[in-house]
Amino acid sequence: MRKMETTTPVEQQAPSARVVTSVRSAGEDEGAVNPTVFDIENLSVFYGEFKAVRDVSLAIEERKITAMIGPSGCGKTTVLRCLNRMNDLIESARVEGRVQYHGIDLYDTQVDPVEVRRRIGMVFQKPNPFPKSIYENVAFGPRIAGFKGDMDELVDQSLRKAALWDEVKERLKESAMGLSGGQQQRLCIARAIAVEPDVILMDEPASALDPIATGRIEDLMQEIKQEFTIVIVTHNMQQAARISDMTAFFTAEVSEQNDRRTGVLVEYDKTEKIFTNPSNERTENYVTGRFG
Amino acid sequence: MRTFQAAAVVSIVVSALIVFSLIGRAVSFVTEVDLSDLAAGGWFPRRSMFGLPTILTGSVIVAGIAMLVAAPLGLGAAIYLAEYARPRVRKVIKPVLEILAGIPSVVVGVFALSWISPQIIGRLSGDAGLFNMAAAGIGVGVLVTPLVASVAEDSFRAVPMSLREASYGLGAKKRSTTTKIVFPAAISGVVASIILGISRAIGETMVVLIVAGGTGGAEFSLNPFNAGQTMTGAMAALARGSDQVRGADQAFPSLFFVGLLLFLITLSLNVVSERYVRRVRQKY
Repeated sequence: MRKMETTTPVEQQAPSARVVTSVRSAGEDEGAVNPTVFDIENLSVFYGEFKAVRDVSLAIEERKITAMIGPSGCGKTTVLRCLNRMNDLIESARVEGRVQYHGIDLYDTQVDPVEVRRRIGMVFQKPNPFPKSIYENVAFGPRIAGFKGDMDELVDQSLRKAALWDEVKERLKESAMGLSGGQQQRLCIARAIAVEPDVILMDEPASALDPIATGRIEDLMQEIKQEFTIVIVTHNMQQAARISDMTAFFTAEVSEQNDRRTGVLVEYDKTEKIFTNPSNERTENYVTGRFG
Repeated sequence: MRTFQAAAVVSIVVSALIVFSLIGRAVSFVTEVDLSDLAAGGWFPRRSMFGLPTILTGSVIVAGIAMLVAAPLGLGAAIYLAEYARPRVRKVIKPVLEILAGIPSVVVGVFALSWISPQIIGRLSGDAGLFNMAAAGIGVGVLVTPLVASVAEDSFRAVPMSLREASYGLGAKKRSTTTKIVFPAAISGVVASIILGISRAIGETMVVLIVAGGTGGAEFSLNPFNAGQTMTGAMAALARGSDQVRGADQAFPSLFFVGLLLFLITLSLNVVSERYVRRVRQKY
């Protein structure tokens, strides 16, 4: 009974959410408040005894780009990895507080992390294509999910959405390891898109790329935002200002007892406000370059 | 620095001398022996029957059975250690595996004779005698398993964590991540571990000498439940003198011919596996 309650809402809400997109016209009123995808309440994350993040609360809206910025060690990546239970892979990691996804507690014992990650995809800091062909990289996710449709068509569509199709259409059977860094990262985005997730998490997706490749990734994010909710962690403030709708500024507080750093959320608001008129002095110091 | 250089030079010179002495005597054996004796239906050096097919198939059968044991066990252990074992469990199991690799082969040989042959082979085949190739093969497999496990585990661990994360991030389970991402990414290392295992199994002597039943000679046989002789077993028996008799002048020199054959086979296997290992290092 309990299992039914926790799993069915995900099944129902994600597709219905997608229907809403098709009704909305592209670029419609950026300032509107969209339905909430993630509701994070008092999230704290521990690695063993070490508290990496403390009491983070924020709500992430559907089909917007939410950026998480802040200095190194502020816990932004840790928070991001809580959103698809990627921290489960780290033995010592432990989570307190609540992360609700469409109203479901992601850390409920009945929730299967594999199912979570199928809906909430991830793109990593360093491009990490599989040492397989370009085609197989994209087909991997749908295949393990039991996709029965036209795989060629799905690979084609995913690569087009990731703005990679024209560059690779002649060499789908060649190894993905032969692509440039920027192409590899777009392949990783295509791979994530292919499983038709609801959300795509991006952990500094452009930090290993040159400015031109970075620009292409940023353009791509603007395109796919019509279809997916995007949460991006970035070191690059200009990037956050350019691409995101909402920005969360994190910082690290140094404990006086043991000199260890714990991440806290300082301010969360519309990107424009964070960069032009932040409410918190620490945010202002950071975005104006006086700190960090 | 001079001392190290000298050590390196000496070891190379010694290896070269071994090969040269093998070649020289092997050639004189081939020139003096009646070539039809090399195709005899058995390996009986005392009767001047140097049936190469007998000892070649003997080696292949024993090594084949050994790999039937060592490949699944070794690869299974490697996957478990690299992908599933918690660090604490791994800390215990890994050294145990290394100790297993250090068991003297004579001990395994005695174990094969006293337990594997009567308890396993005896039950599989009522006709099998106490000395048979199958028991030797299983014993050699036990010896080779840690080697296969260790080389394969290294190659699984060389697969970057980022590939596993990418797979999990797409909603893959542990099992599909292991079988569809980690295993294929490490395939060259896996192949290398198997080839090294085969090479080691072909070169293994003591277990064969104790339990394969080839001392004194063996008939050609493809049935693993029969007694048989391998290249290594033949060499050991010859070197010890138990397969020699006055008047059979070619018996002792045949040792060098078989030795050269064995050397060439294991050398080429090692070269092939080395190439695969290098491929695994270049990737990602």
